[in-house]
Amino acid sequence: MASLDDLYKEIILDHYRSPRNQGELEPPAHRCEGFNPLCGDEVIVFVSLINNKIEEIKIGGQGCSISQASASMMTEIIKGKSVSEAEEIIHAFKEMMDIYESELSGKETDGTSSSIDLGDLEALQGVVKYPVRIKCATLAWNTLTQSINEIQNIDDSL
Amino acid sequence: MTIDVTEIKKDFPVLQRHINGKPLIYLDSANTSQKPVSVMDAMEDYYRQFNANVHRGSYQLANEATAILEGSRDKVTSFINANSRQEVVFTKNATEAMNLISNTWGREHLTDGDAIVLTELEHHANIVPWQMLASEKNFEIRWIKIDDNGHLDLSDFDQLIRGAKLLSFAAMSNVLGTFTPVKELTSRAQEMGLTVHADASQYTPHTKTDVQDMGIDFLTFTGHKLLGPMGIGVLWGKESLLESMPPFLGGGEMILNVTKEGFSTNELPWKFEAGTPMVAEAAGLGAAIDYLSDIGMDEIRNHEIDLTDYALQCLVSEFGETMSIFGPKNSLERGGVISFTFDGAHPHDISQVLDEDNICIRAGHHCAKPLMQVLNVGATSRVSMYLYNDRSDIDALVSGLHKVRDLFIP
Repeated sequence: MASLDDLYKEIILDHYRSPRNQGELEPPAHRCEGFNPLCGDEVIVFVSLINNKIEEIKIGGQGCSISQASASMMTEIIKGKSVSEAEEIIHAFKEMMDIYESELSGKETDGTSSSIDLGDLEALQGVVKYPVRIKCATLAWNTLTQSINEIQNIDDSL
Repeated sequence: MTIDVTEIKKDFPVLQRHINGKPLIYLDSANTSQKPVSVMDAMEDYYRQFNANVHRGSYQLANEATAILEGSRDKVTSFINANSRQEVVFTKNATEAMNLISNTWGREHLTDGDAIVLTELEHHANIVPWQMLASEKNFEIRWIKIDDNGHLDLSDFDQLIRGAKLLSFAAMSNVLGTFTPVKELTSRAQEMGLTVHADASQYTPHTKTDVQDMGIDFLTFTGHKLLGPMGIGVLWGKESLLESMPPFLGGGEMILNVTKEGFSTNELPWKFEAGTPMVAEAAGLGAAIDYLSDIGMDEIRNHEIDLTDYALQCLVSEFGETMSIFGPKNSLERGGVISFTFDGAHPHDISQVLDEDNICIRAGHHCAKPLMQVLNVGATSRVSMYLYNDRSDIDALVSGLHKVRDLFIP
């Protein structure tokens, strides 16, 4: 049986109470909004991409402990990374969250499928035991993916 | 007279459930109510003994099925004191009933330059159908604001309704519990020539509904919030209005005659009931109405006033300034719905922690996002009560909320 301690690890509560990289970035930084229609949570990801490197990332909006902590940890690991490094991290994180996909495909979930060290983010692994909260944990990540896609589309059209 | 909640709880099988050894504390009846055995029996009985298609049988079984459907219509008719059974239309839910009004009455009466009036308290079901029609017909939607206590601010009401064609409002708010002054709003609006619709989804399950006394033109509600099954709702409208409206969905049942050239519509209420109806659900709704009527709507209302009073007092004395409670403070002016936020703990986290003790409350925007914007919150926690709740449920809630506080507010 899943217990609340799996969900509300101290590191998660710490990021929730003291979120890192909270705030806004002025244009030309890219701004992208994400919503969780289930609970009304909203996240705004600001990304400043210079020479294919995420120089700055800030988070706005409001949400529950899981969505806020996940967003906060995301900014810490993503900041300073190249786009392709960021994409690898996003992939690794979503793989950790993807309980359904791994169950459906019969994939082994031994955590070795990815060589990326997710650090503090591993604390969010307990969320998969609470399926409705997975959307909370992935909200900022999906918004970051959308943000990167939008930036690349803009670049392509230039 | 007070009601015997211990006896009532026994009629609701799901309330006997234990999960992980702990009893279920159900405080989410504004979302959907639990169902008594008599409702389930009525539905099962229908399928075991009476199942046949209605209104077209030439044999006894079909006649009995028809009698069940139409018998439930009669129960609804007297439950809301409608003038006649012709005025009671079965729909899938309250949302469909409101879409029916917007698509028939609305489409016929609203055009470029017109206006309708809603309130900031509305559920999306009484907003989006009008926005959909407005984007097509280009009429204006005006909003009655709320004051700091969650009551409608009627200071500019006359100005808002001037020149408008429709006033459509929740008789009770699903977020704040506010009872809106139905009779006052209705008479003032009708004097100015407006048609009036009351969304009674939260109202009819909890207090006596008398459409003639209310004076409104349309009333909508859903069965599943008043102990009935999901899948059936009611549109009530004044007969002359319903007569004048074009049909909604087309198909069998709603026609008198069909030729290659066209069709003519059936008489009321079947004109608005295309296709095979939800007969088992109607049987369940009828049984729910019987159950509520046996206990008495006034008794239920009084019980909820008492319980809401108790809950408000407990929350204020236990959590004081750390908790913001929205809506009217006086339980006579509100139903048994209490929305709140807790400093330092998000509604989603609150309900997650409460779930550890099987305490079921709602977290989120409650399908009332414009109201959330007015309240300046993204979401609230909402506790909602019914006839099967008592003080022990509130006590369990309070101790659960202490756990929330211990976890999130160091």
